[in-house]
Amino acid sequence: MQNDNKRFVERDRDWHPPAYAPGYKTSVARSPSQSLVSLQTPSASELTGPDFRRLRMGRYDNDLLMNFREDPALAGSAGLPAGERIMMFGRVVDQFGKPVPHTLVEMWQANAGGRYRHKKDGYLAPLDPNFGGVGRCLTDEQGWYRFRTVKPGPYPWPNDVNSWRPAHIHVSVMGPAISTRLITQMYFEGDPLIPLCPIVQTLRDPEAVETMTGRLDMARSRPMDCLAYRFDLVVRGELQTYFENQ
Amino acid sequence: MKQPNSQPTAALLLRETASQTAGPYVHIGLALDVAGLPERDEEIWNRMARPEAEGEHIEVVGTVIDGNGDLVRDALLEAWQADARGEYRPEFDLEQPFNGFGRTATTAEGASEWRLETVKPGAVTRGDGRVMAPHINLAIFARGVNIQLQTRLYFEDEAEANAACPVLNAVESPARRQTLIARREEVDGRVRYRFDIRLQGEGETVFFDF
Repeated sequence: MQNDNKRFVERDRDWHPPAYAPGYKTSVARSPSQSLVSLQTPSASELTGPDFRRLRMGRYDNDLLMNFREDPALAGSAGLPAGERIMMFGRVVDQFGKPVPHTLVEMWQANAGGRYRHKKDGYLAPLDPNFGGVGRCLTDEQGWYRFRTVKPGPYPWPNDVNSWRPAHIHVSVMGPAISTRLITQMYFEGDPLIPLCPIVQTLRDPEAVETMTGRLDMARSRPMDCLAYRFDLVVRGELQTYFENQ
Repeated sequence: MKQPNSQPTAALLLRETASQTAGPYVHIGLALDVAGLPERDEEIWNRMARPEAEGEHIEVVGTVIDGNGDLVRDALLEAWQADARGEYRPEFDLEQPFNGFGRTATTAEGASEWRLETVKPGAVTRGDGRVMAPHINLAIFARGVNIQLQTRLYFEDEAEANAACPVLNAVESPARRQTLIARREEVDGRVRYRFDIRLQGEGETVFFDF
């Protein structure tokens, strides 16, 4: 019996996207037709999860301007990726507003032209020889994380005849247990493609879309260097339980 | 403004960040080798147990199949399991013999099987004192999956423990419980369990909410 004296706030599955959202065509054949079975009594299986404090990270794991070179000989500005230099940062908190320290935040994205460095992406926009598109870091003691990158471009995808993804960065966060595990996407404030996107539209509540929008933060931008976008992540709230089984 | 369902303290709670699909290129971020990207010094991947880890060493393999019966070739799976003694060990450290967390993926190539190298987990006791049969928790992320699907892999050769497992028994349909049982095979003297995940339709795998 381990960690059985806590609970996480129930996930609101009307707030999250449904499995079956036919506007996003791939979900049609990839959504269960049966109901989920609710575990009435959570156990250590769900209430624990990995702690990555001893995962050894590289110096530039959270700096996408520096962590990929097709040709390692390229240095200085010749070794930097093309595109809008940005810092992406924020805080991971739980639903009670409590910071989530030392948790793993991972991200991946396309380059400035909307092309992914993935062998399955055949979009005609070129790869950037100085951009890989992957980052990771742990949140600090107060729950803050940060990445340096370029703003990704929108890209077309085969859904409707002319569907384009808004600029987005995929974000993955573990939180304190597998119950809080979350993968989402950060969109950029003001992008007119957001309301047109079938994947964004899997969400039924416009307020939920707001939770996925990174905000331009001029105060944290660096003059003559890079802009900053803030994206806070909220994971399920953790609460202690009392008087169970007594 | 819509209120969260069945949460009496809703007004006091922040809303959880909404989930979105991991998309077709999830490997760039979480399975670099599969994407064709150079790996970093330490990656979180599918070798959860080194030879010196305590317990019965096993391989777990399977496919992911969609509602049309076609292979899902771009799924990422995450595993979380207890050690051979039935203890969850949160500390992830590639220098230790066993890690309870691992990742694997199905790919565009060949039979598109995901694969984990691990040890068979011990039984875990719940807070109410009831013993759950040995199991591995699995989460499936993929293009077309808007929020991860959570399931459990149980072992065919633990029939007695499975019959008594309070979680398996919470699945109302006995026939559906069978979708959670991995089949044991022996290949070149090694023990392998096969667990195919069917996202939809006939033989649909049971997925959990917790």
